[in-house]
Amino acid sequence: MKTQLPDYHAVRWNEPIIYQLGAEGRRGCRLPEVEEEIRASVGDIASRIPEKMRRKVPPRLPELSEPEVVRHYIRLSQQTYGVDSGIHIHGTCTMKYSPKMNEALARSSKLADIHPLQDVETAQGILQIMYELQGWLCELSGMDEFSLQPRGGAHAVFSNAHLIRAYHKFNRELEQRNEIITTVLSHPCNGGSPAAAGFKVVTLYPDEETGYPNIEALKTAVSKRTAGLMMTDPYDTGVFDRNIEEYIKIVHEAGGLVAIDQANANSILARIRIGDLGADLCHFNLHKSFSTPHASTGPGSAAIGAKKGLAKFLPVPVVNYDGKKYYLDYDRPHTIGKVAEFYGVIPNILRAYAWIMMMGAEGLEEVSEVAVINNNYLVKKLLEVRGVSLPWQKAHPLRLQEARFSLQKMKEETGVGIADINHRIVDYGLQDMETSHEPWIVPEPLTPEPPESTPKEDLDRIAQVMHEISREAYTNPEIVKTAPHNAAISKIDTSPSSDPAKWAMTWRAYLKKTRSDK
Amino acid sequence: MLDEIGVKSVEELFADIPEKMRYRKRLNLPHPKSEYEVRRHVESLLSKNRTCNELISFLGAGCWQHFVPAVCDEINSRSEFLTAYAGDPYTDLGRYQSFFEFQSMIGELVDMDVVSFPWYDWATVAGDAVRMALIVTNRHELLVPRTISPERLSVLRTYCDGQADIRLVECNTETGQLSVEDLKRKISQKTAAVYIENPAYLGFIETGGEEISEIAHGNESLFIVGVEPLSLGILTPPGEYGADIVCGEGQPLGMHMYYGGALLGFLACRDDERLVSAVPHRLVTITKTEREGESGFAYVLPKRTMFAARDKARSFTGTGTALWAITAAVYMSLLGPQGIRELAEAIMEKSHYAIKRLSEIRGLKVPVFNAPHFEEFTVNFDAAGKPVQEINRLLMKSGIIGGKDVTQEFPELGQTSLFCVTEIHSKAEIDKLATALQEVVR
Repeated sequence: MKTQLPDYHAVRWNEPIIYQLGAEGRRGCRLPEVEEEIRASVGDIASRIPEKMRRKVPPRLPELSEPEVVRHYIRLSQQTYGVDSGIHIHGTCTMKYSPKMNEALARSSKLADIHPLQDVETAQGILQIMYELQGWLCELSGMDEFSLQPRGGAHAVFSNAHLIRAYHKFNRELEQRNEIITTVLSHPCNGGSPAAAGFKVVTLYPDEETGYPNIEALKTAVSKRTAGLMMTDPYDTGVFDRNIEEYIKIVHEAGGLVAIDQANANSILARIRIGDLGADLCHFNLHKSFSTPHASTGPGSAAIGAKKGLAKFLPVPVVNYDGKKYYLDYDRPHTIGKVAEFYGVIPNILRAYAWIMMMGAEGLEEVSEVAVINNNYLVKKLLEVRGVSLPWQKAHPLRLQEARFSLQKMKEETGVGIADINHRIVDYGLQDMETSHEPWIVPEPLTPEPPESTPKEDLDRIAQVMHEISREAYTNPEIVKTAPHNAAISKIDTSPSSDPAKWAMTWRAYLKKTRSDK
Repeated sequence: MLDEIGVKSVEELFADIPEKMRYRKRLNLPHPKSEYEVRRHVESLLSKNRTCNELISFLGAGCWQHFVPAVCDEINSRSEFLTAYAGDPYTDLGRYQSFFEFQSMIGELVDMDVVSFPWYDWATVAGDAVRMALIVTNRHELLVPRTISPERLSVLRTYCDGQADIRLVECNTETGQLSVEDLKRKISQKTAAVYIENPAYLGFIETGGEEISEIAHGNESLFIVGVEPLSLGILTPPGEYGADIVCGEGQPLGMHMYYGGALLGFLACRDDERLVSAVPHRLVTITKTEREGESGFAYVLPKRTMFAARDKARSFTGTGTALWAITAAVYMSLLGPQGIRELAEAIMEKSHYAIKRLSEIRGLKVPVFNAPHFEEFTVNFDAAGKPVQEINRLLMKSGIIGGKDVTQEFPELGQTSLFCVTEIHSKAEIDKLATALQEVVR
């Protein structure tokens, strides 16, 4: 059945910058009263601040009424494309639907209005939730202890890099062991975060046939300088690196530790427990696999898991239970210390808890099953599109949670590349797609990831759109190259990106720089 | 769908995973539940929490109870903002524009032209600011005041582990102010940056910013200032007294406390190419489009961050706290310039009223430091002869959550507690605290 593609146009408000709205003296909220007796009692409060520390001119904030503020940000929200808006399968991000019930729970005053330094007796509800979630994540990963401290995936890898440091420091080997090995198809934080933790990073490249490094490459890379291996598995290519057990063995024999980035766990939930395969450390992204909404790029939330021997290094506090009450355990002499303030992204911890509870073990198994079916269906459909290929297809015709296609052939034959295509995709009412983190090992990459919440009709629509764009590329490439045509704005001038005279990260800088232009 | 794919069973789809690596047991997780059952269960757990709306709380110390306008929750509940992620400005124009507006307003508050993508919390952006200083100066030591927040210091120690040494600079025991003499003694060719907090963790206002800035710059070190943003409605912004980098905690700008789980670190710096190049996070610039009169947005120096530079970036970034930044933009635009000034004044009036009332109680020293304060202040109980722990236990009987016990963090201050009073506290509540304390120490 071939259906017509809808005639789409994004919401286009041409909404001014907020500084261009409102009028002098306008206000959007009234403050709680300061009682007369208080005023009379304390007198002129500003005079208590020494002259040089007293602000002379109030900060130049916008001046609007409440309805104007609401209208402005509602319009901006309408010009933002979320999972709830339509087809949003940005790869590597697991853009699954988040149930609204969890949202309602997360917004409860019983969660929102508690202070982190309250006596734990008055926070037993949230502490129990944290404690039980830690336990479930242990069960899901085969690890012995979990910490909910990290605020995102890169922070989890950073924290794990510090755990690796702490372990080698404890064994008095840190000076010698200053290298982390990673693989180039791992998320870039597996290079960036250990480097930020002070390690030298050695990067392995995939074998041409298998899509992952060969054993020999790792054997050559390990040495007495090896502190550990930090990598993503499954990869963003949707390929599971089946050498993983062998890698773990090699790194362990060399005296290093292994930390696995499970950002792509959606396809292996209840099917692989990385701890059982011998990994020492791992992390999950709660905002990917466990359905906490991505929130326009955060707050996310991540959790790190450790095997028994390493748990003593986990960041403080860890939530614990003494048989009677839940408490924040700071009494951990070997801890790496703190990685962020307080205890974690609490509303997301609650959402993930509620989501796992709704799913149960059977539900999680079904999640990965449906996600993988969706992906392989899409692979099949997209490979029928002219100019699209799937690197490592011979070795891995089937993929897990996502697949990284190449549009190199289309580029060569039509001059239309992935950047153009991504701009054209939005003309058909889809969110743009992940290309690839850098470096581009796959040329002209395209990485869709249809999680379990994607209906089959959406997959068919995606394929239909890609066929149409491919047809355009081969017959009328200009329309693709000049895209988008139906978006909220026309082609962006990106020249300020690299020009200090033109870039303006604030309205005040913009005014200064455009004024001096004239 | 399996037919289309060309497999006979779901199992075939997982054939890439060797059988010996497969987990074949049933996970020990709760039995699947309906929406209704989960809701009942979670609500029953949450009912065990006692909130700061049910009690009267005087806690601050890194997370503060403020009035949250309903508009903030309305906008951050918008499904589009809540469920978007990484689309480009063609699909997510509103998200980028909101970031730019957030950056613009923070820039006004702190008096800086460059503001970066919102991050985890004050401590982690302080860590990022320090990392920027290490990169820019190629030095490896950080000077911080002895009165720095121990929570933040602990995070900074993790961030600096193996990269920089942190040295504490003494503070005047009478006023809490950073000792300029000790700073001059300790600053050296090794010093990458001098970091101060304003207001200080213990609540007083650091008034020596200008002089500290001159000393730091005279030594070619950077000057980093950490701030609580509402105080900038009334206090001179760090940009005016010489800061190179400003960081701080945006939770007071429209976020509920969430047990410390809704924090928003902001990071700003001078519009200097060397500094901008060292910012670890995304930076959104405003730009033009092909259409006259239309604004677009783009990332500045995108190759600079970990996303492209991987380990060469010497820093990491990723998913930050964008929804809170949007919320903060909403909050700041509701307040406006006069609103934030009035708010800062109201906070100070109420906290100083509390200081006055509490200092009338025999046995209490309020505040410990002879200096101007913003919303937090120290109360010493040594002369009352009761430990803070006991005081707080007794206050709780009257439904009052007392200040944070800082006795362990600063033993030199004796039995001392850090109280926080904001615009949400009524005179009656402050009076109730005073009466309860009077009873407790009698």
